[in-house]
Amino acid sequence: MKSMYLAFFSIGLVAVLASVGLGYAGFSAKDLTSSPSVRLDK
Amino acid sequence: MTPRLFISILTLLSVLGTFPATAQDAPVTDRSATGGATTLQDILDRQKGLTVDGAYRSDNLGVPDNAAPIENQLGTLGGVSQSDDWRALRYNKADVNVSSRSPAADVLMQDGGMTWLEFRQGPLATYGGWLLLGMLGLLLVFYAIRGKIRIDGELSGHKVLRFPSIERFAHWLLAGSFILLGITGLIQLFGRHFIIPLIGHETFAPMAIAGKWIHNNVAWAFMLGLIMVTVFWIAHNIPNKHDLKWLAVGGGLFSKGVHPPAKKFNAGQKIIFWAVIVLGVSISVSGVSLLFPFELPMFAATFEHLNAWGLPQALGFDALPTTLAPHVEMQLAQSWHAIVAFVFMAIIFAHIYLGSVGMQGAFDAMGSGEVDEQWAKEHHGLWLEEVKASTAAKADVRPVK
Repeated sequence: MKSMYLAFFSIGLVAVLASVGLGYAGFSAKDLTSSPSVRLDK
Repeated sequence: MTPRLFISILTLLSVLGTFPATAQDAPVTDRSATGGATTLQDILDRQKGLTVDGAYRSDNLGVPDNAAPIENQLGTLGGVSQSDDWRALRYNKADVNVSSRSPAADVLMQDGGMTWLEFRQGPLATYGGWLLLGMLGLLLVFYAIRGKIRIDGELSGHKVLRFPSIERFAHWLLAGSFILLGITGLIQLFGRHFIIPLIGHETFAPMAIAGKWIHNNVAWAFMLGLIMVTVFWIAHNIPNKHDLKWLAVGGGLFSKGVHPPAKKFNAGQKIIFWAVIVLGVSISVSGVSLLFPFELPMFAATFEHLNAWGLPQALGFDALPTTLAPHVEMQLAQSWHAIVAFVFMAIIFAHIYLGSVGMQGAFDAMGSGEVDEQWAKEHHGLWLEEVKASTAAKADVRPVK
């Protein structure tokens, strides 16, 4: 059952890493759709 | 039937209903009475489901040169009316400048979007929902008649390792993420109709927002699990001659005391495996297209291939369009993603049933990884023989002390 619990934990970990990673790489909706003149959180 | 052909036929069947081009064309209408505008006959033809040629609207965008010169009494009036402007926007012929950088941001109105919306809220939700409920009903009836499938002999008390921890990890990574994706996907589709009336908009809003985040990000874990499961098990799921014998007796599912031969995976499990691979890849590809909107259009190219193979024509339909507007591509991706999801969920309901309440000892294989030898002998006899032979061979090569 340890493998199952580890897998469930990994799902959460992958989800968080994907969200943070893609946002950091500039794939968030606000990065992709705003014009160059919009200063996002900068 | 190859997986590619299967996907193509499903694609074809699912999109044909969304394209008005498959309807009969309306007879040519005389529009002189309305000065070129829509006539009562056009409205009646549309109500009958006939395709009305929209060129009288999409080409009627005004003539700027018709503007009266400034010296005239009404000289500031232009040759393009507001109606002409709205028609140009509707048919994506207007010269639009927007500050947003999204690939399709200059599409302010999309003609054809209502067709998708009606499909999503109508046949997709209706038939998809009934498919899932129907499968649940079928499993309930099966359990009521057949009961839990138990082993015929007595449990031996000796265990044999069926799935090592890494394989179980891969399975649960795939399965756990599938459950989350399925639930959040159903919330996206059915939430407005079924959940909002129960809990209200304010409570549903954070649920929907969280559901979207979960669906978008857990998808990556699903794809990782799919790759791992494919790598670990594809060699064991190649069909062989024993599968025919297994299928001939229905795997023993419908009669007691019947134990057809099977290696690590029986024919039923192989069907599930290949369905998961084919549907999983398809849903992943359409899902990635949805995750990166307007960046990865795939339907125009797919339709080109289908037309080249002659599939639509063979089924008596016109060739599929090979030039698709960006929003149409996204709508097709969403429709396909949802159709595949419903079929996938229906199949997995049966898998979950058999792996939990449906069969004695089945869950142990994926829980602890070990199964009773008597269970293995009855359900995967050939595999047990291979395992025992392998164990004996390893014992033979060990040096005697």
